[in-house]
Amino acid sequence: MKAKIIITPKKAVLDPQGKTVQNALEHMGYGGISAVHVGKYLEIEVSGDKETVRKQIDEACHKFLSNPVIEDYKFELD
Amino acid sequence: MNFAVLQFPASNCDQDAVHVLRNVLGHSARLLWHKETSLGNADAVIVPGGFSYGDYLRTGAIARFSPVMQAVQAFAAKGGPVLGICNGFQILCEAGLLPGALIRNRSLQFRCEHVFVKAATANSPFTSQIPDGKVLRIPIAHGEGCYFADAETIARLKAQNQILWQYADAQGELTDVANPNGSVENIAGICNESRNVAGLMPHPERASEGLLGSADGRLIFESLIHALESKSVAKAA
Repeated sequence: MKAKIIITPKKAVLDPQGKTVQNALEHMGYGGISAVHVGKYLEIEVSGDKETVRKQIDEACHKFLSNPVIEDYKFELD
Repeated sequence: MNFAVLQFPASNCDQDAVHVLRNVLGHSARLLWHKETSLGNADAVIVPGGFSYGDYLRTGAIARFSPVMQAVQAFAAKGGPVLGICNGFQILCEAGLLPGALIRNRSLQFRCEHVFVKAATANSPFTSQIPDGKVLRIPIAHGEGCYFADAETIARLKAQNQILWQYADAQGELTDVANPNGSVENIAGICNESRNVAGLMPHPERASEGLLGSADGRLIFESLIHALESKSVAKAA
């Protein structure tokens, strides 16, 4: 199966990259944009019991793949 | 004194640190490859600057799981002094040895220039020999040096006097213009609660000889040596 992980900067953290992309979009004429957040997307191919995998991926996200001080994560298995 | 300077794949300030400790300050310093599991007879550990593991995933995120970092965790827990410089600071934050994190510079630019920093306290093994009010001129070279921690952590850092260095202007004023990366409270470096682990983004090892334009960085190493010699930090080994 595949774990699809999305990591984004926490709302309270300064995200200059998101802000810069937002400014560029506005300069290009795209209206109505109130915020842009630039994060990361990871795909992990993994096999095993789904609940065990879920636990392992959650632990890996917390310990290593994201930094809880500055980032949030969510993932799905399919 | 015996210094261990860690070496990860893509560390690039390791030799500079060894040079300053050995040739400028006259102490024993050796490189320690990241796969080592023991710090040997080290009295203090330097985690040097660079781009360990290509900064993949996040700066310092992969290096912190190196075997040698387990030894550093144990050494720090026993009170042994550890100083992280630039990427070393990032690694120590990722390892949880220091609070907070270092994120992309506010400007999104890699900043490589001399800056001014001021010690916020002399009460640490890393700042004791810096004269009160002295403004240090030391270079920075980083893309991810913006110190971030939540409000609660910042309040605790302040209450416990854990902010060691702050970006200032030449007169020592903590202005926004003097802040090269957007760090909260102009933070350039901090220490842990027990004051034996510290990290800073500026490179004191690049400013320890007059020939290089500034020798102010020596004061940081001299503080550490003074602390070791006067036994005000533990001999962890």
